Amino acid sequence: MMAFLQPGFELLATMGGNPFQPPSASTISSSVDQLYYLLSGITIFFTVLIFSIIFYFMIKYRRKTPNESGTETHTPMSLELTWTIIPSLICVVLFVWSSALYVRNGRPPASSTEIFVIGKQWMWHLQHPEGPREINELHVPVGVPVKLTMTSQDVIHDFYIPAFRVKKDVLPGRYSSIWFQPTETGTFHLFCAQYCGTNHSEMVGWVYVMSPTDYAAWLAGGEKTESMAQQGERLFSQFGCGSCHSGDAAGRGPSLAGIYGKPEKTQNGETKVVDEALIRQAILNPNSVHMPGYQEIMPTYAGQIDEEQILQLVAYVKSLGAEERINGK
Amino acid sequence: MSTAIAELQESPAESRVNYLNATYGIKSWLLTLDHKRIGLLYLGSITLMFFVGGMAAVLMRLHLTEPQGALFEPETYNKLFSTHGIIMVFFFLVPSIPATLGNFLIPLMIGARDVAFPRLNLMSWYIFITGAALALYATLSGGVDTGWTFYPPYSAAFSHTNVVAVALGVFVAGFSSILTGLNFIVTIHKMRAPGMTWFRLPLFIWALYATSLIFVLGTPVIAITLFLLGMERILHVGIFDPAVGGDPLLFQHLFWFYSHPAVYIMILPGMGVVSELITAFSRKKIFGYAFVAFSSLSIAIISFIVWGHHMFVTGQSIYAGLVFSVLSFLVAIPSAVKVFNWTATLYKGSISYEAPMLYALGFIGLFTIGGLTGLFLAALATDVHLNGTYFIVAHFHYVMVGGAVMAYMGGLHFWWPKITGRLYPDMWARIAAAIIFIGFNLTFFPQFVLGYLGMPRRYAIYPSEFQVLNVMSSAGASILGIGYVIPLIYLIWSMRYGKPAPPNPWGAKGLEWTIPSPPPTENFETIPVVTEDAYNYASGAH
Repeated sequence: MMAFLQPGFELLATMGGNPFQPPSASTISSSVDQLYYLLSGITIFFTVLIFSIIFYFMIKYRRKTPNESGTETHTPMSLELTWTIIPSLICVVLFVWSSALYVRNGRPPASSTEIFVIGKQWMWHLQHPEGPREINELHVPVGVPVKLTMTSQDVIHDFYIPAFRVKKDVLPGRYSSIWFQPTETGTFHLFCAQYCGTNHSEMVGWVYVMSPTDYAAWLAGGEKTESMAQQGERLFSQFGCGSCHSGDAAGRGPSLAGIYGKPEKTQNGETKVVDEALIRQAILNPNSVHMPGYQEIMPTYAGQIDEEQILQLVAYVKSLGAEERINGK
Repeated sequence: MSTAIAELQESPAESRVNYLNATYGIKSWLLTLDHKRIGLLYLGSITLMFFVGGMAAVLMRLHLTEPQGALFEPETYNKLFSTHGIIMVFFFLVPSIPATLGNFLIPLMIGARDVAFPRLNLMSWYIFITGAALALYATLSGGVDTGWTFYPPYSAAFSHTNVVAVALGVFVAGFSSILTGLNFIVTIHKMRAPGMTWFRLPLFIWALYATSLIFVLGTPVIAITLFLLGMERILHVGIFDPAVGGDPLLFQHLFWFYSHPAVYIMILPGMGVVSELITAFSRKKIFGYAFVAFSSLSIAIISFIVWGHHMFVTGQSIYAGLVFSVLSFLVAIPSAVKVFNWTATLYKGSISYEAPMLYALGFIGLFTIGGLTGLFLAALATDVHLNGTYFIVAHFHYVMVGGAVMAYMGGLHFWWPKITGRLYPDMWARIAAAIIFIGFNLTFFPQFVLGYLGMPRRYAIYPSEFQVLNVMSSAGASILGIGYVIPLIYLIWSMRYGKPAPPNPWGAKGLEWTIPSPPPTENFETIPVVTEDAYNYASGAH
């Protein structure tokens, strides 16, 4: 209902900022805003309606003499049904609209660039697959879908970029993800939106949306770093993973080549797709995802390895093609 | 106007024995089994809690006038918002209308001499003040910084504040709610006067019946949840903390399974009060009695299956999100039915505008906004953006303060002459109602905008572009604060200096208005026989 006002707001925004609307800078933000304006329209319509009726009745039916009574009216069923059914229909429309949008906005495109996020009291650690690390800053290219895979090292945080209209809790012990595709270059707020302790309000930062060439230059600039997969490979040998997961049929552990993204059977008969969460679980609590045909001899690495290193190992496992042998053997 | 009505009616006998002057001395109050005196004990205790919680809110709003924070370190600010939430939710809003007005009025309205279990009723108050004292002590001796939501693992393993003591206070006070609910349910079932059938009950009783069901069914869940949190914190048993094998989302499921219905514990009694006020001040039967009564029950039932809408951004599955979204939209319908029926009750009424009616009309307007803005949060796509921001803060304050507190104030003013036997100055009461309405809107409306702009809640410092709206909100809060202090003054003043109240100063229907003000200890000399429906204003004689 208010969607038609949006071009007006956008015009205002170009004229020096609309104080009543956050910047709209992702592929989903304008569709969320349209629903927001529809809801605002419904709210204003019914509020004005109820207030007007109340004021009209207040004046028309004010008490004229102290002993006056109201005139009894009967309750017509048709009226009760009308004001039950109309709100119901409005709710159905809103539910279908918002759910369709939510489901559509929820799925990251397969082509998304992946960036990894770790929340900890009270800062955001981010790492790009190419290797560069950032704290409380996120550099992304414009026009490219970006998927963030996120976890927390301590309490629950929440990764929130108002300009993109995306938000997701970041929990310890599991991975959550969001995706967005920026449509405009610029600098946007990044907030922690789940209370996480003393300096919660300082767990904020900036998202820099850059042109693809600027982004490439940014990635190439700075210190030369290894990619996340290379860092993971170094950890793989440092922790001696290769002595069992050697990639040979004779290895004491299963080969990890090509395992990522495939369904595998665990010892208790379940079939699970190997993803970040399963690899993390296998490292920290190996016997809970033990594969049949192998002995339960893998020790836990809980306490020896941090969330950032786990993500690097995941990146390494992911990078292993099916034909590739572990550790170049 | 009320004095004009007062003169038309018989003047009360000053020397008459009533529940207030029947016995004297502190012991006669602390050991009383009279539901009316117990109601007043609650009134005193929750008023104290309201001003403690309100003081925390005033300090927060003062702090937030500057982006870098005007007064406190973040740690102190975090303790202030936690104190504000915990005190206001568990020790003011939950007991407010049920324990004060409910205790005082249920027996009077159904034609009984007391509640079903008077001793249990007194025990409930002692349990409540034990919990409240514990929470107050823990707050003043160092405080708690988890927010009223106590989310682990922060509350279980990271916070260095008095989490266990405060949780214990809430846990203890919960038993007061359970026992009060039980008492009310039995009273309403078994103690109604002859002829007082279910469909002749005032809607206030229907609303409190629905509330009592939630007390009994929901409160044990929060008690267990907080108990487990205490175990987790002391013994590290690994229920909620993932570092020792627990699941932090389990806590959120359990917490909201109670705390969402708790929202209706706060608003349903308010809806009951407003139904009474609207009929009394338009001297007309409620429009759609059965629809209003059954919408209370359906709200109570649906309230138990919508908790997941607090968790849309926690990573719960898309399908769970869809189910909780549709159920949350469903709550909007009985709420809308109530608003339309109240509004239609005014039609062809004989409407007067004493202070209680101003509060009732304020309630309808603010609850309408509070309810409609709930749609933004039931809708998944907009909730993702608005969850955890000031939009949420604004929404639930419109429901809880604009709704529940407005209704509580309206009810308190409506039944004050019955409770105390004294009239308060109506002009002051109307001025205060107007100040509260204006102050409330100025405080919380800017917060809707702040939330849409993306300002997260529970921030001790914030980006400077949000300052203008924050200053508006803080200005509103100071007006609101004044609005709440004025009634405190004139109501206390009226207890000694107010004009004596006649039995029925408003010309209202209902058994409580057929007996003297204040009522005698036994309420009714002879138990009345009810022969007519509620709100039978057509029979004349006010």
